[in-house]
Amino acid sequence: MIPAQFDYLAPSTVEEALAALAQHGDEAKILAGGQSLLPVLRMRLNAPEMVIDLGKITSLRGVRDDGDAIVVGAMTQHSVVGSDPLVAEHAALVSKAVEHLADVQIRHRGTFGGALAHADPAGDLGAPALALGAQFVIQGPGGTRTVPAEEFFVDLFETAIGEDEILTEVRLPKHTGWGAHYEKFVRVAHQWPIVAVAAAVRVDGGSIAEARVGLTNMGNTPVRAHAVEQALVGQPATPDGVRDAAARAAEGTNPPSDLNGDADYRRHLATVLTRRAVLTAAGATG
Amino acid sequence: MVRINLTVDGARVADDVEPRMLLVHYLREKLGKTGTVVGCDTSNCGACTVHLDGTSVKSCNVLAVQADGGEVTTIEGLAQDGQLHPVQEAFRECHGLQCGYCTPGMIMQSVDLLKDNPNPSEEEIRLGLEGNLCRCTGYHNIVRAVQHAAGAGGTQAAGQTEAVQA
Repeated sequence: MIPAQFDYLAPSTVEEALAALAQHGDEAKILAGGQSLLPVLRMRLNAPEMVIDLGKITSLRGVRDDGDAIVVGAMTQHSVVGSDPLVAEHAALVSKAVEHLADVQIRHRGTFGGALAHADPAGDLGAPALALGAQFVIQGPGGTRTVPAEEFFVDLFETAIGEDEILTEVRLPKHTGWGAHYEKFVRVAHQWPIVAVAAAVRVDGGSIAEARVGLTNMGNTPVRAHAVEQALVGQPATPDGVRDAAARAAEGTNPPSDLNGDADYRRHLATVLTRRAVLTAAGATG
Repeated sequence: MVRINLTVDGARVADDVEPRMLLVHYLREKLGKTGTVVGCDTSNCGACTVHLDGTSVKSCNVLAVQADGGEVTTIEGLAQDGQLHPVQEAFRECHGLQCGYCTPGMIMQSVDLLKDNPNPSEEEIRLGLEGNLCRCTGYHNIVRAVQHAAGAGGTQAAGQTEAVQA
């Protein structure tokens, strides 16, 4: 079970990578940390003729403070994002989601941008990125453009990144002082969530002043639970205050049915996990 | 073929490899380091865990070409001057194995865990080893071995583990 043959390039700049991509077109596949791509290649679900490895492009790694946003380089490993103090202070929802993403070894290799570009609806980063209103910086032959999260995720394993483009960084708008929690329901510790809920709330005087809620694996893309967010505003941060709002979590979703559970089961899970996520984010118990 | 230069268990090596060659196959088939085993081939089980540039990775989920310029430590590079690494010693002392197939990966991941957290709780050990599967289900003694290696105390740790089981 090894991959089919492919040619390999490891450019040292984004410009070189874009040139290689332009030359090889849809015969090429971008390799970031490889923790999703290599299993795909090993199982021969995909057999690109050219693999372009971004691993030597050091400018794509790291986390920085840029005024109203924390900027995460696309090739920054999950383990680095998960322990970064800037992310923890200003985008805690991402820290919480990364904490239990896959397992330790995968977090050492897998990258923030790679996971988001892979756009697995069961991936742990899409819902937090969507909930926080992340901006995706994409570079192509014509220059750089920025795509908001709600336009980035297009469909199952499909994003707004064009065939001749590369995701270079993700801007996370600061949510300083917000409580955050990622509630993930799994059967086996390191597996993908059956459903997960990413919640960030700003509590003011015991009441929820603002809320952001994203759902994992409740459709072909991450889903923003707008109805829950609106219903939470003004509610006390208590089990009774949150329950009715959380009950709206599945509105407008189209979850899959598979061996782990059918769509109705997932809709039910979404409401329960949303209640837990919001209460934990708000510092309440329930 | 692509030329790679790397350090494996302290020795510099250079080879021409096919880009599709997995690091675990490079270690086993080119370098003869069969101490690192292939378990599941699907990046689930962690049996093939090695350290790449100081952190643990599943070597079935890394291409050999991605290790170019890097430093790899396998289970065969842990012992120094004939002395087992303390984590190896602890696995032997606590019988942290049954069939032994997952052991190289368990030990490599335990070394990584203790590097970041020298005094982990039982829960932290179980979470730190969540990417390593023991199909004999010998997890209790594996956890005890890590506690032993961390200096948590062999008999005390054993008592705690038994209390949890009960």
